[in-house]
Parts: sequence; C-alpha cells; structure tokens
Amino acid sequence: MAENRYIRQTTLPQFGKEGQQKLKSAKVLVVGLGGLGIPVATYLNAMGVGTLGLVENDVIALHNLQRQVLYAETDVGKQKLTVAIEKLKAQNSESKLVPFATFISVTNAIEIISQFDLIVDATDNFATRYLLNDACVIAKKPLVYGALHGFEGQLTVFNYKNGPTLRCLFPSQPKQEEIPSCNENGVLGILPSIVGSLQALEVVKLVTGVGEVLSGKLLLYDGLSQSTQKIGFQVKPENLEIQKLLISYQDGGCNTLNSIASEEFLALLREKQPQIIDVRTTSEFKEDHLDRSINIPLAEISNNLNKIDFLAPVYLLCQSGKRSISAYNQLSELYPEAELWNINGGLNQLNLHIFAS
Amino acid sequence: MTILLFGVTKDIIGTPQLSIPTSTFTGKESPKTVGDLRSFLQNAYPELKKLSSLAIAVNNNYAEDTKPINSFDEIALIPPVSGG
Repeated sequence: MAENRYIRQTTLPQFGKEGQQKLKSAKVLVVGLGGLGIPVATYLNAMGVGTLGLVENDVIALHNLQRQVLYAETDVGKQKLTVAIEKLKAQNSESKLVPFATFISVTNAIEIISQFDLIVDATDNFATRYLLNDACVIAKKPLVYGALHGFEGQLTVFNYKNGPTLRCLFPSQPKQEEIPSCNENGVLGILPSIVGSLQALEVVKLVTGVGEVLSGKLLLYDGLSQSTQKIGFQVKPENLEIQKLLISYQDGGCNTLNSIASEEFLALLREKQPQIIDVRTTSEFKEDHLDRSINIPLAEISNNLNKIDFLAPVYLLCQSGKRSISAYNQLSELYPEAELWNINGGLNQLNLHIFAS
Repeated sequence: MTILLFGVTKDIIGTPQLSIPTSTFTGKESPKTVGDLRSFLQNAYPELKKLSSLAIAVNNNYAEDTKPINSFDEIALIPPVSGG
C-alpha cells in the first residue's frame, strides 16, 4: 500500500493510524446495491474497509441511473453485483470483496451475516428489513439502518451493545401496500446518497470507536427543509430474545406462495398464452411491458377485478416481484379458489434471461 | 398542541405540521394521553388506521400510549419507511 493513501484521514487526531488499522481489519456486509448501498459500498471501499461483503441479485435498469450513480448507461441490463464489483476493484485493489449473488432470505440470512462484524441495511422493502433485524439479533450483529420516503430519510443503528432494535421502534411489520415504495411514490436522486453516506459514517464510528454511535436515537432527515431531528427510543428486552427467524416475512407470512421462476415462465410463454396481470404503475407499464399483459396497478386492483379471468390461471408480474406478492395476497383473500402465480423476481429477472438467451 | 408529520402521515394528512386547538376554543376535551391522541387522529384521518406500526414521539422521545400529554408538548408522528 502506498504510504500516503489514507493520509488525509490518518492525520485526523481522533482517527489516526489506529483508526485506519481498525478499518482494514473490519468485515462489513452491505445488503442491497441500490440507492443506499452504492454510497455505502463506495465510501467504505474508498476509506479502506478491509473486507466488504455485497449482497444483490437485481439487474440495472435505466430508471435506476438517476440515483444509483455507480452504474452507467452501458451497464443497463447487467447484474448490479457484477458491475459494482468491477468498479469497486478499480477504486481500491487492496480491499477484499465478497460477492453474494442472491437476495437475502430466511434460508441464507444467518449463514451470510455470521461471516461479518456488522451489517448495513440498504434494502428497499419491509420484508427484508424485518428479516435482517431478526437475523442480526440472533447472530448478535449491529445493524446500520437507513430508509427513505419521498424527500425524507430515517437513520439509526440497531442492536448495538444490547440497544434497541427495529421492533422496539416499529413492533409490527407493515404490509408492503400500507406504505408506498420508491417505485410507486418516487424518490429524488440525491436523497439515497445523503442517507447512504450517513450510514457509511455510522459504520466508520462503529468500527473505529470514534464519536458516538447513533444507537437508541432515530435521526429524521427532511431534505425539503434541511432539518434533522433525533428521537430517543428505548430497548424492549423481549425483542432481544428472538431465537429463530419467522418461516416467511412476506406480508406477515401466513400464505404459502405459489410462485414460478423466470426461466420456467419464459418457457411457458413460448408454448401458451398465459393471463399476465402487470401490477406496476401505468407509467412503468408504458415504459416497457410484456406482450398481451394486462396492466392493473396494485393500488387499483380491488376496483378492477372484472378485468381478471379467475377461471384461468392468473400470473402476477411487477418490476422486482414484490408488489406482485402484495397483489397475490389481496387476490387470494378475495378468490381463495383461483389459481394464482407470482412471477419470481418480476420483469428484472425476466429481462435478464431474455438478454442472456 | 403542535404535531409534526413524517413519512406517509404527511401524505395522508396533506401537510407537514398540524395544530390541535385546545379545549378552551373548541369546548371539546383535548387528548390527554398519547393513546387518546392516536384515536383522535385516526377518527379524523381514517387512512391512519391502516398503519400497523406508527410511532409517536413526545418532545423528541418515543412515547407509549399511556403517556400523558399537554398543549405545550411537541408531538411527532413517525411511521416506518422502506425505500432504498
């Protein structure tokens, strides 16, 4: 290593060579390489975190580029993980990058996070956020939490030295349709970079012991008024006693989900004309969609049931396979007899296989 | 009583901040606890009932439903957000 690579931060008296050495020895897992994960991974890699685990299984889409600034136009259609690894290697050849080409799930969460000292939640849905929280409680790892809504962000560190967890703040996991996601609600490009950068800062503080870790305090950031507020909250000891993960985190996990993998669905598409209900917004649908698919946005599905033929199998589709699960749950309550299918990974995975073939 | 709104509560209520007049003006009982305030707001804005978790902070601290409140308190409604 060039002697002076990190000199601008080792010069800081509170940080010093000792801080740099701690970063070098640290093993940090970043879950998600989207709007939040990119600033987290880029800055931690630049600052010299020794081992960075990266979990992502999504594909780069054109509408990601306004906020996911590591990716270029020529990367559209490629795996986020592959592109990110290539760019992070070029940025810092000394760090060890550990890729996990998967979505974090009940079956792999504990095994993956156990390999790291601390975990960064850079995901975009409640199911994964609650799964990560519970997994971090079980594996006793601090969790650096960041989340967005419109022009606002939330930031805190959960499960630090027996401090409070996500369930101490928000005891019940919301259903995804209760609160609109960035896909439906929109997000200004710069917002995730602000919150993600704050997450990276919390990681540095956790690893080096510099400053005060944001534990037991929820930072609320409002970009429109440039105001921040810190809300104190306490641990509820029962939330630290989680012994095992739920069977499923998808919208409470009471339904068994009938799902079809993207490869199988493409094979089916070549043979038959399945009924495809695309539950994305009208504008997403206009941008691109499968031939002969019917667009019923998730928010309007209960008013448009007459557009669906429940005597035939219903294949539910969205961008990444999450909103289609919400649609699946709504429809399965209304029509328990209907044959419903969730297309796993949504259009992102389908496009990947179309590109590959 | 000033209520700051965050996340989807700002979208539901349609403003970043809400003032609840005290009983002197309205003649009605004003909410005495966090739980009273929660029901009061849920009645006024039924969309709030759909939220399975909604944290309420009093003077920048998370508060349980039993916590007493008065007209000088600053309240914040904090729903979880999921975007990334």
